[in-house]
Amino acid sequence: MSVEWAQEYKPGSPFMQWMDERLPIPRIIYNAIGGGYEVPRNFNWLYNFGVLAGFALMVQIITGIVLAMHYNSQIDSAFNSVEHIMRNVNGGWFLRYVHMNGASFFFIVVYIHIFRGLYYGSYKAPREMVWLLGVVIFLLMMATAFMGYVLPWGQMSFWGAQVITGFFSAIPLVGEPLRQWLLGGFAPDQAALTRFFSLHYLLPFVILGVIILHIWALHIPGSNNPTGLPVKTKEDTVPFHPYYTAKDGVGLGVFLIIFVAVAFFLPNALGHPDNYIPANPLSTPAHIVPEWYFWPFYAILRAFTVDFFFIEAKLLGVLAMFGSIALLFFLPWLDTSPVRSGNYRPLFKKFFWFGLIPCIIVLGYCGVMPAEGIYILLGQLASAYYFAHFLIILPIISRIEKTLPMPASITEAVTGKPALAAA
Amino acid sequence: MVRLGAFLVGLFMAGWLLISAGFTTYEMITDPAEKPVEYQFALHPKEVSFAHDGLFGKYDNQQLQRGFKVYKEVCAACHSLNQIAFRNFAEIGYSEEQVKAIAKDWPTQVPSINPDTGEAATRPGLPTDKIPSPYPNETAARAANNNALPPDLSLITKARHNGPAYVYSLLTGYTDPATFKNEEGKPLPKEAYPGPGLSFNPYFPNLNIAMAQPLASDGQVTYDDGTKSTVSQMAKDVSAFLTWTAEPKMNQRKQAGWAALIFLIVFTGLAWMSYKQIWADKRS
Repeated sequence: MSVEWAQEYKPGSPFMQWMDERLPIPRIIYNAIGGGYEVPRNFNWLYNFGVLAGFALMVQIITGIVLAMHYNSQIDSAFNSVEHIMRNVNGGWFLRYVHMNGASFFFIVVYIHIFRGLYYGSYKAPREMVWLLGVVIFLLMMATAFMGYVLPWGQMSFWGAQVITGFFSAIPLVGEPLRQWLLGGFAPDQAALTRFFSLHYLLPFVILGVIILHIWALHIPGSNNPTGLPVKTKEDTVPFHPYYTAKDGVGLGVFLIIFVAVAFFLPNALGHPDNYIPANPLSTPAHIVPEWYFWPFYAILRAFTVDFFFIEAKLLGVLAMFGSIALLFFLPWLDTSPVRSGNYRPLFKKFFWFGLIPCIIVLGYCGVMPAEGIYILLGQLASAYYFAHFLIILPIISRIEKTLPMPASITEAVTGKPALAAA
Repeated sequence: MVRLGAFLVGLFMAGWLLISAGFTTYEMITDPAEKPVEYQFALHPKEVSFAHDGLFGKYDNQQLQRGFKVYKEVCAACHSLNQIAFRNFAEIGYSEEQVKAIAKDWPTQVPSINPDTGEAATRPGLPTDKIPSPYPNETAARAANNNALPPDLSLITKARHNGPAYVYSLLTGYTDPATFKNEEGKPLPKEAYPGPGLSFNPYFPNLNIAMAQPLASDGQVTYDDGTKSTVSQMAKDVSAFLTWTAEPKMNQRKQAGWAALIFLIVFTGLAWMSYKQIWADKRS
């Protein structure tokens, strides 16, 4: 946030002075993530996850570029080229396991980042655009992850591609031709693999671009904070550097310890064994399941089992699955409570911890279990709650809820004492 | 407007899902699905432990070499190992001469061409060759195996849940369907008995497997290191060997993992201290 007490960039050498007058990149960096960017002083550890998400993206891009140097996107040799990376490329096993688990950790970090935003009301005015761009990033991540999972051309790659592109065939009239056009054939084949590889290489850079917009949009109002209060005085903020660079360093260390523990000691725990079987269009796996980060959405897709008059259940499922993410675009206008932070919203807090969070966990569980009996039923109930939570409950509680008294300022929330007059 | 629209959409979604849930409940009550016989009788893999288990476990080269001998003398008759080259055996402790000899004496020769006529021919293996498949193609493999395809074993321990234990259990799990009882003590129904050319094995998800019992008697393979080759020992050794073929870099991976973890713990400790120092004046 540009506040009048923010420190101004001062070039440290004649060269930087010369540079600053011609191409002021150091000034931009200083004002964006350096000493010139003033940030609320009361962030908790949940506020590390934006930086961690950016870090995870960079890990994916760097390992991905090197993997692409050794990968072969021909259907006859894609599977073997991945094994070639694992066996013959120097450090190839490291690159691939980091990339494979890096995708999972990127989602873990981004999910925490999203739920932090949901709890502290970070999507509300004046930060709606930050939120909207975040949802766009999330959608792009899902597309990228899906296409990346197809590349090793194992059984789950192939059948996952079959199922997910099958969504499009649910669209009335144009569905089947559209699906064939997207795949370049009747089923996933060479044309599909090559274009997925191309797009899987492209989309991360699109994500990077949208992240720049996301951060730009964030820096106009400045970050939200656990109280949800706006910054009022100099005492409320600290410069990003060194305060939050130091704190992010700790967060990064802890993140990397967990990441390394999984990538080096349990590298296949988050994957599916069937993907070590080469793709075989003639043999369908017993249970087709997507990667864990898609389980809740998969459960919503499969929750629709009954046609609604002329609308087929399959189409409803596809609409609901996309709708479950699309509704996030409307969130800033659905939750009208003037209080941002869930800490001061007793009703919101109850529905968040006892409604939304268990609902997502149940959905995830139903997504990985076979589509039968009790798992379908639980998935239907949890999906019903999911839509009700965002579309009905949130708008109502933001009307009727009596919020708790709030501290007068961020500083008071931290120190328990009223802020001194601005210096 | 947004909220009214959202309310109606939400009402429809939640309402229709609840109605669907009603249908599901009704179906569950009126038509409870019975679990297929495979689910009722298939067993989870047995508990088995290996030298390479755990955070510090490393492959036992002696065991891998014994397992390789079992593969070579038993499994290789039908199963390929096409991700492995002969040169890779140097990694489990064979010398250069031994590797050359293994390649040269391999029962299946490497497809080649006659240098004079250009006609299809075969030649003895070289260390750089991948292990040749026992069958020239899938059709030949199926023709020789009652139309079942013996899968390639390079990645088998990663391509099954709890792979090493699965392979061990499968190899030691052949049993008489007439005396077999599941965990609830139910005998196998007659319709689940193996058909012609199949064998009963409760560790195989389908219960009936096209592979006849490969390790049938103690001493089937003679070990060079004097280890007693019981069926269980041979099964365990070949499972260890197939763990290595699926994950040949495991030793390096765990070693690098520890180096990375120790570095990161020190890094995080230093980062924590600088964090504490920088924030010292901001906490009260």
